Amino acid sequence: MSDHAEPHIAPLKTYLNVFAALMVLTVLTVWVALFDLGPFNVVVAVTIATVKAYIVILYFMHVKYSAKIIWLTAAAGFVWFILMLALTLADFATRGWLPIPEPW
Amino acid sequence: MSENAAKTENYLNVKHTVASWLFTVDHKRIGVMYLATILLFFFLGGVAAVLFRIELMTPTEMFMASETYNRLFTMHGITMIFFFLIPSIPAVLGNFLLPIMLGARDLAFPRLNLASWYVFTFGGLLGLGAIIFGGVDTGWTFYTPYSSTYANSNVILAALGIFVSGFASIMTGLNFIVTIHKMRAPGLTWFRLPLFVWAHYATSIIIVLGTPVIAITILLVAVERIFSVGIFDPALGGDPVLFQHLFWFYSHPAVYIMILPGMGVVSEIIACFSRKRIFGYHIVAMSSLAIAILGFFVWGHHMFVSSQSMYAGMIFSILSFLVAIPSAIKVFNWVATLYGGSIKLDTPMLYALGFIGLFTIGGLTGLFLATMAVNVHVHDTYFIVAHFHYVMVGGMVMAFFGGLHFWWPKITGKLFPEMLGRITAIIIFIGFNLTFFPQFIVGYLGMPRRYHVYPEEFQLLHVMSTGGAAVLALGYMLMGVYLLYSLILGPKASSNPWKAAGLEWTTPSPPPTENFLEPPVVKHEAYAYTEEDTYRDDAETKGDTHG
Repeated sequence: MSDHAEPHIAPLKTYLNVFAALMVLTVLTVWVALFDLGPFNVVVAVTIATVKAYIVILYFMHVKYSAKIIWLTAAAGFVWFILMLALTLADFATRGWLPIPEPW
Repeated sequence: MSENAAKTENYLNVKHTVASWLFTVDHKRIGVMYLATILLFFFLGGVAAVLFRIELMTPTEMFMASETYNRLFTMHGITMIFFFLIPSIPAVLGNFLLPIMLGARDLAFPRLNLASWYVFTFGGLLGLGAIIFGGVDTGWTFYTPYSSTYANSNVILAALGIFVSGFASIMTGLNFIVTIHKMRAPGLTWFRLPLFVWAHYATSIIIVLGTPVIAITILLVAVERIFSVGIFDPALGGDPVLFQHLFWFYSHPAVYIMILPGMGVVSEIIACFSRKRIFGYHIVAMSSLAIAILGFFVWGHHMFVSSQSMYAGMIFSILSFLVAIPSAIKVFNWVATLYGGSIKLDTPMLYALGFIGLFTIGGLTGLFLATMAVNVHVHDTYFIVAHFHYVMVGGMVMAFFGGLHFWWPKITGKLFPEMLGRITAIIIFIGFNLTFFPQFIVGYLGMPRRYHVYPEEFQLLHVMSTGGAAVLALGYMLMGVYLLYSLILGPKASSNPWKAAGLEWTTPSPPPTENFLEPPVVKHEAYAYTEEDTYRDDAETKGDTHG
């Protein structure tokens, strides 16, 4: 698609489907919260939230219908967000690996 | 309009009313407005520095209490970093020059550009308000939980100022990216772009990707402070180290927001005053992008003693060493450019040479700090203070003044007294080294930063440092005087007083509102200083004009 394309108007059905998907995922988040999955509590919640964000970016923010450069820009933001999480978690996940030395 | 009028009319004299400045969408006028604004903050930050340097002349309390001292160094840090260094080259020289270097009439979004100045000024006023109402005592880093819970000063107001001014940065960054992609003159392919443009492209990418994170982080501090929501305060269930992660995720790349445009300026100056194309043009251009990307992977080197995991520390240490590679590529290529060049030591060149030497010292001491064991020894000492001032002042401020002198005739249409310019550049170089080199020693000997009462054996080094600051201040004042003189009484500048290559030198000084009398068409690479460069088979510079 060229850079100068007319604004894309998605059919109403698409928006309704996206809305339904977001609702289902929200219910899923609440339902999963009823179970104690140990360290996976956060992992599951963040995964569902990421999928929801992905759907919003693609459809509500029209990235799916946009030029490649917009894809690249959106992807850069997404990748940078993952980078921030990954390196921050590299700290949080490995803090307990080294035993705290006993005082002399 | 008669032909004669068209020849003499320029962006400065086209209209004279205050409203014509406040509502202008001309990138050149907005650049000049930014210049006036950031110089005010530079002055304020400088005054704070002079005051605490005087206090530091004696090892005991001389004329200010610890609380006042804390507020002064915080004011110095916040104004210098957020309200001077970050916008300095991009918002002033970038704004003024980028469209001209691209052969465009203006930036892609002129109104957004004006909005950015208003947003920045509003943010600056909030920061100024924080100072006027009593100041902030957290240090420019706002570390939690002190800033979010315990600090008894205007944290929220200052934080809000930084939050707001961040949006101005984002607006400028977006504007630059779109302009570089979409508004290059016919024939101006990516590899014919001046390195100044490449540097601003890389800087803009960092700004757009990084600034939202600091904005959110600072907002979270305010949320915790106002609503006692546990985010960073362990007493509320938060994690203070999380703040450091989020803060440095932006604030380390911010170092590259500050230094990359400076590197762009230096590339232009070195090429002009060596009469040579930049050695290794392609690799210098790509190294800007490499610095922009790698700069995002290294923030944990600020946190080696923060209780951050040792394993994460090791990763951050290794990644930090990687950034030295593209930085060194630039330095080696500038030196290779100088080799065999017809070097002319005019004022801008003195600043550029100063930049190379001082930035190299700043960069190499950065490698000491990226080494975990050495970092533990010198962490939070004056060694750090000296290191980042060598990068920020020795690097960025030198580049800013080099660029200001280089393009002063273009911006104002006036020449400055060259001999005074050279003398001032040397005074500033000496003053800078006298101020900050002793701080490497006093820091290595163990003096922590942010204290104004210290053991007596450090006094001599502190007195040297304060003496250096006085020399530096003298240099800045001298520059202020002769530039003002030049503005009012300086001789008229020709369109190309340095005989420099580059599109900006093909248009009159000062340029007309529409930048060029005829839309330019680019037929050769950026640094066509020799006949060989001008008529070089440009297979390597050919490519898509747009994209």
